[in-house]
Amino acid sequence: MTLTEKLRERISRAFYKHGLLCASYPIPIILFTGLCILACCYPLLKLPLPGTGPVEFSTPVKDYFPPSPDVVSQQGDLSERPDWYVGAPVAYIQQIFVKATVSPWQKNFLAVDVFRSPLSRVFQLVEEIRNHALRDSSGVKSLEEVCLQVTDLLPGLKKLRNLLPEHGCLLLSPGNFWQNDRERFNADPDIIKTIHQHEPKTLQTSATLKDLLFGLPGKYSGVNLYNRKRVVSYTVTLGLQRYDSRFLSSLRSRLKLLHPSPNCTLREESIVHVHFKEEIGIAELIPLVTTYIILFAYIYFSTRKIDMVKSKWGLALAAVVTVLSSLLMSVGLCTLFGLTPTLNGGEIFPYLVVVIGLENVLVLTKSVVSTPVDLEVKLRIAQGLSNESWSIMKNMATELGIILIGYFTLVPAIQEFCLFAVVGLVSDFFLQMLFFTTVLSIDIRRMELADLNRRLPAEACLPPAKPTSRSQRSERQPALRPATPHTITLQPSSFRNLRLPKRLRAGTVIWIGILVYTDPAGLRTYLTSQVTEQSPLGEAGLPPMPVPGGVLPAGDPKIDLSVFPSDPMQLSENQTQQREQQSLSRLEANQHSWAQGPEGRGNGQTEPGTEAEVTWGAEDEEIWRKLSFRHWPSLFSYYNITLAKRYISILPAIPVTLYLNPQEALELRHPQEANRYQPFLSSGSGKLNAEAQPDQASSRLQGHRDVTLYKVAALGLASGILLVLLLFCLYRLLCPKNYGQNGLSHSRRRRGDLPCDDYGYSPPETEIVPLVLRGHLMDIECLANDGMLLVSCCLVGQIRVWDAQTGDCLTVIPKPRLRRDSSGIFDYQESWDHSPDGKNGLDDSFENGHQLKRMLSPPQPPLFCDQPDLTSLIDTNFSEQVKVAEPETRLRAVGGRQKEAGYDFSSLVGKVYQEHSTSNCMNLSGLPAPHGQAGFCVGAAGARSLGCGAEEGGCGGRRRSLGDDSLFDKSSPLPSWGGDLESSVWSLDLQGNLIVAGRSNGRLEVWDAIEGTLRSSNDESQSGITALVFLNNRIVAARLNGSLDFFSLETHTSLNHLQFRGAPSRSSIPSSPVFSSSDVIVCQLTHTVSCAHQKPITALKAAAGRLVTGSQDHTLRVFRLEDSCCLFTLQGHSGAITAVYMDQTMVLASGGQDGAICLWDVLTGSKVSHMYAHRGDVTSLTCTTSCVISSGLDDVISIWDRSSGIKLYSIQQGCVSFWDIGYGDLLQTVYLGKSNESQPARQILVLENAAIVCNFGSELSLVYVPSVLEKLD
Amino acid sequence: MAENDAKPALPKKCGPYISSVTSRGMNLVIRGVVLFFIGVFLALVLNLLQIQRNVTLFPPDVITSIFSSAWWVPPCCGTASAVIGLLYPCMDRHLGEPHKFKREWSSVMRCVAVFVGINHASAVSYVPLKLAKVDFANNIQLSLTLAALSIGLWWTFDRSRSGFGLGVGIAFLATLVSQLLVYNGVYQYTSPDFLYVRSWLPCIFFAGGITMGNIGRQLAMYECKVIAEKSHED
Repeated sequence: MTLTEKLRERISRAFYKHGLLCASYPIPIILFTGLCILACCYPLLKLPLPGTGPVEFSTPVKDYFPPSPDVVSQQGDLSERPDWYVGAPVAYIQQIFVKATVSPWQKNFLAVDVFRSPLSRVFQLVEEIRNHALRDSSGVKSLEEVCLQVTDLLPGLKKLRNLLPEHGCLLLSPGNFWQNDRERFNADPDIIKTIHQHEPKTLQTSATLKDLLFGLPGKYSGVNLYNRKRVVSYTVTLGLQRYDSRFLSSLRSRLKLLHPSPNCTLREESIVHVHFKEEIGIAELIPLVTTYIILFAYIYFSTRKIDMVKSKWGLALAAVVTVLSSLLMSVGLCTLFGLTPTLNGGEIFPYLVVVIGLENVLVLTKSVVSTPVDLEVKLRIAQGLSNESWSIMKNMATELGIILIGYFTLVPAIQEFCLFAVVGLVSDFFLQMLFFTTVLSIDIRRMELADLNRRLPAEACLPPAKPTSRSQRSERQPALRPATPHTITLQPSSFRNLRLPKRLRAGTVIWIGILVYTDPAGLRTYLTSQVTEQSPLGEAGLPPMPVPGGVLPAGDPKIDLSVFPSDPMQLSENQTQQREQQSLSRLEANQHSWAQGPEGRGNGQTEPGTEAEVTWGAEDEEIWRKLSFRHWPSLFSYYNITLAKRYISILPAIPVTLYLNPQEALELRHPQEANRYQPFLSSGSGKLNAEAQPDQASSRLQGHRDVTLYKVAALGLASGILLVLLLFCLYRLLCPKNYGQNGLSHSRRRRGDLPCDDYGYSPPETEIVPLVLRGHLMDIECLANDGMLLVSCCLVGQIRVWDAQTGDCLTVIPKPRLRRDSSGIFDYQESWDHSPDGKNGLDDSFENGHQLKRMLSPPQPPLFCDQPDLTSLIDTNFSEQVKVAEPETRLRAVGGRQKEAGYDFSSLVGKVYQEHSTSNCMNLSGLPAPHGQAGFCVGAAGARSLGCGAEEGGCGGRRRSLGDDSLFDKSSPLPSWGGDLESSVWSLDLQGNLIVAGRSNGRLEVWDAIEGTLRSSNDESQSGITALVFLNNRIVAARLNGSLDFFSLETHTSLNHLQFRGAPSRSSIPSSPVFSSSDVIVCQLTHTVSCAHQKPITALKAAAGRLVTGSQDHTLRVFRLEDSCCLFTLQGHSGAITAVYMDQTMVLASGGQDGAICLWDVLTGSKVSHMYAHRGDVTSLTCTTSCVISSGLDDVISIWDRSSGIKLYSIQQGCVSFWDIGYGDLLQTVYLGKSNESQPARQILVLENAAIVCNFGSELSLVYVPSVLEKLD
Repeated sequence: MAENDAKPALPKKCGPYISSVTSRGMNLVIRGVVLFFIGVFLALVLNLLQIQRNVTLFPPDVITSIFSSAWWVPPCCGTASAVIGLLYPCMDRHLGEPHKFKREWSSVMRCVAVFVGINHASAVSYVPLKLAKVDFANNIQLSLTLAALSIGLWWTFDRSRSGFGLGVGIAFLATLVSQLLVYNGVYQYTSPDFLYVRSWLPCIFFAGGITMGNIGRQLAMYECKVIAEKSHED
């Protein structure tokens, strides 16, 4: 047991390290793996390509003896002879090549006379051959003894039964058409019809019966009505079982003696052995195709499961490549070690794939994908690997075991399969670990980067639909693609340029190439057959032919060239010419005037007949090469003899020349023919008449050989175009449009991995510059916003209202004049009350009445760090206060400024620039629909309150109530002037143009935000208001003594809801009601829940008609807003509640001092989940549709999956940084102050118009997130 | 030689249609038909595979030879596979232990491929046997191998005791029936050596039973889903 566990742990650790390695060096590892694959596949080059045509091997006739069946005994020239040249051939083929012509040709002969009488001689010839016997000392040897005895034809060939020999010698001749019966031939009225009756109507690739019986391609036979050469060729094909040289030579000499061919120069010295590869029939393909269909279905169903990755198909391809190349590697390795594959690769391939399987790959992907997303990619890969290491190893061991069992079957085929499978499994494991893991790491990294641009954190504002019903995966899956096409991009192009996965796409091409190479479906065979069908068999094998000049009698070469330049059957020039002259007089007229000149005309028109002479050219040598390469296999297949993987030997042909005299031809003529056929002259001329140009006729004759040339040229052209297209596609795939920015994306990514303080940050162009709002003297205690306005209150109780877009200070609501007039600070403040808010760096005076105009004109908020110098200058101008009088809280800031005194002088110069940039900033932020930014803002160290992250302008369904100051009384330093306690503002809320402030003395005040006038107040209780909620016209105040007061605001001239304030473009936002200044607003206490909690209420939130209170007594309570009825008391925390969040979906999140976050269902009051979030207090909480974001005293911001309570990311706080909410990736860090300043931002709010407010000591920073329109690609 | 098997493309296409049919009886009929055709198809294909190993090249008229031999064999296989494919999920339901192991189409495809592979292997190993003129030890070895492969198939894709039991029963019954048929001269093995065929026939039947059961269960999952959804709605 312990051993297993130890092993398990060790394996897991090894996998972890391996994963780290793979993810750290992806490119070198992929290169290395590719090299490995190539090296292993190298031996495959030696394997013959499957499905190529027949192979030839020649041996000299002299001293020929059949090769012995034993390979070992042939010690001699083993190197030359192919390994198939073993044992006796299936048959020896002896062809007797007959050329016959009627000579001299009579003028009145019919077209059929050209071939009828020559064909009639075949019967005689066949008889001669059949009866030939070798008589020597050993006795009489007849043909029957040496010839190949054939048996029945296949049952399917009944119609050929009379035409092909059965039960006897395989002897084929044109006479077979007439059952070797001369009488039948003579009685046949239509020879051509008889010959062609078995020709297939359609295009057929295999040999036809005519080819078989004539033994040479039909077009060379000359048996047609338009044979102007009047030479008929055919062969008598003889299949021999044994090679008997003496018998054959006697046959040869006898035939030569009987029918001498005087000018024959055929070479007769070599026997050609033709080896045939295995043929794949349709029937054989059916199971194969079935297995492939199953295979593809398997791959399809498997890869469908790959999920949550950047490019699903890329990974699927990588998986397939992994399996395929592991198979290739296994075959290559086996070949390397001397094991030649005998199995049909295409057949066993699907099984191998299935055995090796894609399971491991899928399991790996799933495991890696389900690791926490906040981790670094490296760690995720490593973790995912190590999680699955044990099962992977176990599976592999099992599979190896099963295959080993198969190996012991001793059935050779299965053994071989198992051997391949074992090697394949091992190499597959190797590839999975190196290749696929690396690809996966690249993919995940790419996803994290590239999806930054795509994904909108729309969850933040969309009313969350039903978070619990969704599965955890889809919840976390960032594929909740918001419909809005706008996102914030900081470096829009830099993220998209990772090039490597595109290479994967190019892999498709390679894959197809591999498929073609391995030739699963006999595609190549088909192609080859098509090609070789076109071109004569073994054309390349023919030696370059010297023109047999001696054969051609000296004649008129011009005619030869012009009329029959390349005709295979070359006739003697003279004869030809004379015949032409005689019979084709009309043609001659044209032709000769064109080619020969006038002298040809007078050359012999008067001659009664022409002597024909049969010539033997080099073309006639090995005439069988012109046959289809399926000729012999199909011939033998008729007798159920296969030539697959066997060979036949073709002996040199015996030439026979026959001359027939005209009498013979006339005698043989069938009576019907005379009627049916015109004399040859008229038929020939008629045909030629039809052809408009005689030179066309000549070119047609020329065409035979050229057609193949054209075809080859066309094929070459087509393949060239294809190649160019392919290269172009490859180029497009491989090369991104911009090389240059590649490095940038890398560097950015690397930066993102570091904590934000550590790297030297070179600001990109779109650097976000915070807008600093200055004006408060003391630390800001509470902040509230409603999108348009921003209200802040400092420790001294001064409330300032800012325009959230421009950063203008609109109103200063003074603390009621109190004591300590002598104090410098209050003098200062007082002067402030009167002076227009100079601190803000705005020169123009502030007037309440003209605020609209003010909002329109572009103001110049302080933008840069040197701005304080300017403001201080202005400050002195206006208030004539010496800075010494400032409270000590400002001293720090002053100190900071003094460091930058050098900038003082340049500030004027920089002003123009500032204005420019400011207006830019304004334009951006003022865009109608602030394009939802992908970032959310996260507070700096010690953030007190966290506004909701990631919001967008488009949806304002949920009013984000401001980070309430619920905690402030607990953790904020107590005001240094204790006497102020009764009047300092402890809580604020803002709605419309009304500010509700809760003071420490229990007084509730309602201020007009714009005019700065007190509209109403209520001081019925003395207990300080710790938290406030202002919703519609209802105010709920939580007091220090644990009671809740419900107020309602009433205007006597009824609430004026007609006026709506808010950006007109954002119509979807339920605009806040504006209370017109003329109304009298009365704040009435409606209910009081006297003892809502035993201890002070620290958190208060209202939404969806519910009010939630969180208290220091560890409980939460849910009240109905209308009647303040307590619905639930939620218990579950073991510490004081510090943060509460609730939205319209009635999901409540609460965080306590115990560091736990609880999610509750407000409808039922049940606890949905409970997670231990932080090591200290939870200081702030907010939710989006899918996430819960919390920050704690441990300086960590965590993001949780809402439905499952799984931590997605945790972010160490530093500066204010923009993080991608989907992936936890650092987008940009904005420095609010000087980076070495220790003052942390304490409160962060997010406004609805793409701005972020940071509470930063006594200053506020407005950070606008520039919205960049991103095209959806 | 009766084989009952599965073909991939069919069930996958039928999946959505089945799920849309809510009537239970209709569902059953559709499943039966699908299984029947799968069985017929695979019987044809595997028969062809066997034929091919005996006739080497250029089988004259393959299609006719398929149908001429015994036309009733493929329908029988189809019927048998339909019965088996329906029996497996039915048995699961009655035993009350729904089959959870590897319930996905890719696994089913893998199972089918392995089954065809077993058939192929038996066909491939026929050739050397024919040349070696029936070696008895070799024969035993072959059937042992095939048995091991079949059990491996069951272990990889099924792993339920009920499936194993049913598979063994089917193999026994089918072998018995085919033997009876042969003895009565109704049907003949194409291969002359009888011993050889008998050695692998039970294994093939067993593997076929497992495979068809796998497919049947996968098809039944759609029905289960539909029923579950319906009950949800109610």
